[in-house]
Amino acid sequence: MNRIDHVLQTAQQQGRKLLSPYITAGDPQPGWTVDILHQMVKAGADILEVGIPFSEPMAEGVVIQQAMERALQQGVTPRQVLDLVQQFRQQDSRTPIVLMGYANPVEMIGYATFAQQAAQAGADGMIIVDLPPEEADDVLKIFIQHGLHLIFLCSPTTSLERLKLINEVARGYVYHVSLKGVTGSMALDTAAVQQTLKRLQQVIDHPILVGFGIKTAEDAAAIVTHATGIVVGAAVIAALHQHPQQSQALQAVADFIASLRHALDQSVLQQQASNERG
Amino acid sequence: MTDSLKNFPDQRGHFGTFGGMFVADTLVNALHQLQQAFEHYWADDTFRQLFYTDLRDYVGRPTPLYHAQRWSDALQGAQIYLKREDLNHTGAHKINNTIGQALLAKQMGKTRIIAETGAGQHGVATATVAARLGLECVVYMGALDVKRQASNVHRMKLLGATVVPVTAGSQTLKDALNEAMRDWVAHVDQTFYIIGTVAGPHPYPKMVREFQAIIGQEAREQILQRTQQLPAALVACVGGGSNAIGLFHAFLDDKDVALYGVEAAGHGLQTGEHAASLTAGRPGVLHGNRTYLLADEAGQILPTHSISAGLDYPGVGPEHAWLKELHRAQYVAVDDQQALAACYQLTRSEGILPALETSHALAYVEQLAPTLSPQQSIIVNLSGRGDKDMNTILAQGDDV
Repeated sequence: MNRIDHVLQTAQQQGRKLLSPYITAGDPQPGWTVDILHQMVKAGADILEVGIPFSEPMAEGVVIQQAMERALQQGVTPRQVLDLVQQFRQQDSRTPIVLMGYANPVEMIGYATFAQQAAQAGADGMIIVDLPPEEADDVLKIFIQHGLHLIFLCSPTTSLERLKLINEVARGYVYHVSLKGVTGSMALDTAAVQQTLKRLQQVIDHPILVGFGIKTAEDAAAIVTHATGIVVGAAVIAALHQHPQQSQALQAVADFIASLRHALDQSVLQQQASNERG
Repeated sequence: MTDSLKNFPDQRGHFGTFGGMFVADTLVNALHQLQQAFEHYWADDTFRQLFYTDLRDYVGRPTPLYHAQRWSDALQGAQIYLKREDLNHTGAHKINNTIGQALLAKQMGKTRIIAETGAGQHGVATATVAARLGLECVVYMGALDVKRQASNVHRMKLLGATVVPVTAGSQTLKDALNEAMRDWVAHVDQTFYIIGTVAGPHPYPKMVREFQAIIGQEAREQILQRTQQLPAALVACVGGGSNAIGLFHAFLDDKDVALYGVEAAGHGLQTGEHAASLTAGRPGVLHGNRTYLLADEAGQILPTHSISAGLDYPGVGPEHAWLKELHRAQYVAVDDQQALAACYQLTRSEGILPALETSHALAYVEQLAPTLSPQQSIIVNLSGRGDKDMNTILAQGDDV
């Protein structure tokens, strides 16, 4: 079974809300990446999202853009990202890894070659930001052959017709982009997100993870009540860059992840309590 | 005629394997709305009337087809005709498209216009129509381009636009396009994004082509009237490719008319410092469509170089990629020095100062014309005037 499905299933059985932090591979240095990933798992992460740096990250805000630029300055290639995944797998055979990237680097390597290499390295799925389901027919088939989940995005503006299409082709979970905007944007309207999630759940049969704009434990707790879990990216990178020294930077990330973990678990307890009262 | 090349792209924006809509989900709905609005209004006589009236009264169309007699004689070959897009209001072909898109924005009830620009010509053309229609206008421009195209920056500001210098990446056109896309995602309800070339996600390559196709429609009529025959060849410079598609499109089914797109070879193709994506690139996905582009082995987009900011772009419109694969059009490259020489040559022999972008097409005409007979003709798209390039030209220190 794909590790993503396993985690989703276990979480459902245990009533656990999922936490999926994102980092860009190679930022700030390739030598840090595997350690950061292990730290995040220790602090309570369930699914790791690992960014493949791309020179034209059109959907990213300035925080992830700069993370990608830093990684590219050190010459990080898609192949090296897979090597880092493989290194991580030597000590963790349980936590799913979802790659995040843009179509061009994958297309240049070739979708089949890339999928084969990614699966071999121990990745479990991939978000290709600029590959909507309408353009993904062939890629989907290839990924399925290699046991990789192609994770699709939806947003507050996704039409009902397209939600149905996404539901049909989705594997693992559906990633709901909770904001109009780029990653790390300001002003998250949690009430509006909850409204949208209710609408999505009428069409989407898969678990839904929510991302874009979640910065604090409070955001996380408010958002997650109507979702299976959350994705946090820009805020993790911001935490990572609070200190120039590796040990302190890793600690800052671990503390931030732990605070999110705590908020998600509290949210579950509160919901159970209010259900019992109700 | 169902097998006409003019009927492409398909409903989802594909020219064969090229084109399409490769964008994040957050943009798909906006693009679908744009597609519907474009198809609706482009089929509507009232809208077309508005568009063509503006092209006549505001832009100054039809533009002349000028027989460059002295230059033709000097090259001792084909008769060369210049399609004078430089005589359009704002000095280039760009305004044909911005008029069309701004009218569409108005019909769609959008109050805010955004655009990306390289040389600044598209930015000026956008700021111009925004001023005329009373729309807010924000133009994204690579910080490097802001420096080398200072006069166009001032023009845009004078027209009431906000110019935002983009400091990400290589600080050129591609980065301006990324930033404009990000703005659009964040403000999609009230904002209309006017893309300046036949690239980007569907429906842009088709929409921009339709607005620019007037160039070739006029030229075809004018040359037939003048010479009673079709030209042997069309020549146009290609960055994103809008002036070239604009000229080519009406002739796509005229199989005997050879089509030449001229890319920027910059410091020379062998130096790697160029912007010749069709000549020296390979297929990939950039800015919402599959096309030829300049990327390294790992898929990272490469920095480009051209003396002309308007050609300094690592991708190209998907229709050009498709015409290349079909061998319907040929794509060649001309370097900075050849373009400059052609710029001086035309200025001296015809009294017309062409844009440096356009000069690339002229440089290729100098190679092509002598291979043809004086009974044959070439139409070259004189896509823009060179006033904006005076600083670049003076900086060469050439003794002209």
